[in-house]
Amino acid sequence: MNRTGHRTLHAVRVGLARGWTEFTQSIRSPQDQGFYLFMAFAVVGYLFLRRNSEVEGTSLLVPSVSMPSILGGLVAFGVIIGPAYALAMEREDGTLLRAKAVPRGIVGYVTGQVLFHSLGLFPSLVTILIPSFLLFDNLVHRGLAGWLTVAWVLALGLLATMPIGIVIGSLVPNVQKVGTWGMLPVLVLTGISGIFYPIQSLWTWVQVVAQLFPIYWLGLGMRSAFLPESAAALEIGDSWRTLATIGVLTAWAIAGLLVTPVVLRRMARRQSGSHVEAARQEAVQWVR
Amino acid sequence: MPPVEDESIIEVRDLWMRYGSNDVLKGVDFTVTRGEVVILLGPNGAGKTTTIEILEGFRLPSAGTIAVLGVDPTKGDEDWRARTGVVLQSWRDHARWTPRKLLTHLGRYYLPYSTPERTRPYDVAELIAMVGLSEQADQKVRTLSGGQRRRLDVAIGIVGRPELLFLDEPTAGFDPHARREFHELIHRLTDLEDTTIMLTTHDLDEAEKLADRILILAGGRIVADGNADQLARQVSAEGEVRWCLGGQHFVQSTPEPTKFVWELFAQHGYEITDLQVRRASLEDTYLTMVQQHESGRADQAATAFGSTDAKIDTAGAR
Repeated sequence: MNRTGHRTLHAVRVGLARGWTEFTQSIRSPQDQGFYLFMAFAVVGYLFLRRNSEVEGTSLLVPSVSMPSILGGLVAFGVIIGPAYALAMEREDGTLLRAKAVPRGIVGYVTGQVLFHSLGLFPSLVTILIPSFLLFDNLVHRGLAGWLTVAWVLALGLLATMPIGIVIGSLVPNVQKVGTWGMLPVLVLTGISGIFYPIQSLWTWVQVVAQLFPIYWLGLGMRSAFLPESAAALEIGDSWRTLATIGVLTAWAIAGLLVTPVVLRRMARRQSGSHVEAARQEAVQWVR
Repeated sequence: MPPVEDESIIEVRDLWMRYGSNDVLKGVDFTVTRGEVVILLGPNGAGKTTTIEILEGFRLPSAGTIAVLGVDPTKGDEDWRARTGVVLQSWRDHARWTPRKLLTHLGRYYLPYSTPERTRPYDVAELIAMVGLSEQADQKVRTLSGGQRRRLDVAIGIVGRPELLFLDEPTAGFDPHARREFHELIHRLTDLEDTTIMLTTHDLDEAEKLADRILILAGGRIVADGNADQLARQVSAEGEVRWCLGGQHFVQSTPEPTKFVWELFAQHGYEITDLQVRRASLEDTYLTMVQQHESGRADQAATAFGSTDAKIDTAGAR
């Protein structure tokens, strides 16, 4: 490998260490622990309230169907909104400028973000899965093959959705706008992606829109990992559509890999001390 | 002087910066040579920060020829970046990190750029001691006081052992003790590390203490370039003599203070007490120059003290 390659690889390694440090700092912080517990409480609470309802047309109970869907939705939500907020915030507070001031620091910073937000899924998954297994029966029907499916859906889902969060975080004018340009569309999209109720209950054109985005496919992939084969009858086309899931998520992942570096370079170029200072002044006014 | 002393680290020729229809920099010229501490002074809005950010490669100039460490900062790559240090004003970034962790992390980026002459990065413990943060090294950054935070900023700026260091108002918010320690740190960097330093400040006393050379930026141009003494002589040839005679205090301005004092002694001998002779202070000089600029005589000021004709060249080689 040439010198430039070595130096870039070195920055990636420093970035991985950064992501790990950020993750350990996060799980030790009462604020983040509170967030994970709150999310778990909300999800498990919802499932618990509906523990005895049957899903229409099957003998399956709501938690069996909803838990995988919600996990899929949470993954997408976490890795879109997490990086979007982090980037918007760290553009303003000067974290990114610091990265820009060290050699190949932006490479390291982005690597760190990717690892940090990927690792950040595990506390969510663990705090939801463990109480769910204790409280509900018949969650897992697929054994080892099912867990392998969870692994690839998670990995591909991450690749498909995280670039969306990074792009939003790079483009929004300030942190306050992440709500409008990030939170709102993602919530709407989650609402129509068959996470909380079957997608077939919506108009056809809404179903088409939802299927253009990765959230629906993440939910579908997760259901295919947990539910019995017969439950495929609940899905569009009476099938898990595994190939389509791989296709759509891969397409998003490739688009993300192509677009994200361009957007990140543009954002990094615009970072300067006066930019950070202006954001600081703005923030001071918010506090007043 | 040996030629190596003359090696120019920063060269700026005819630098222009326009925001909308407003020209902030209108043809700025200056040179910084290796090992110098150059201070950029100027009123608010004069374009000090803009100038520094252009040199750092964080901002694109409208026009001009610039070379920083021999490279145009707009085209400076990451290998060039490794040779420069930037002291940024921290705000609330890395709140959960400790100074030790953050310096270790940021320092690691410089590892591939280490050379036998310049080992990178700095040893973190040594660096922490150098900026006086040993006691706070393992505290969360968010618990640091304003002054401690600024010292961490300085440490981050030099962790890669830069050949050239930029500081934009580094001592804003420092108490006198922290300021003194900071000045010692700057001297140490230039003496031991052969670091060239460019900084902006509002503190004229600081400029006088630290600078090998002072640039005054007003009206979009460098209106003065020289050390504090030379600037004072440019703006006013007059000296001020104060003395006490028979319990009474006197003050006299004179173009020839030495001659005046000699005559004073010739006339009164030992009766003269409390004798003081002073040149215009940097503050007087600075205020005069800025006032000249603000009263619409910027062009006159620029011609009288401009970097081309009246330039004082410390090396005398140009």
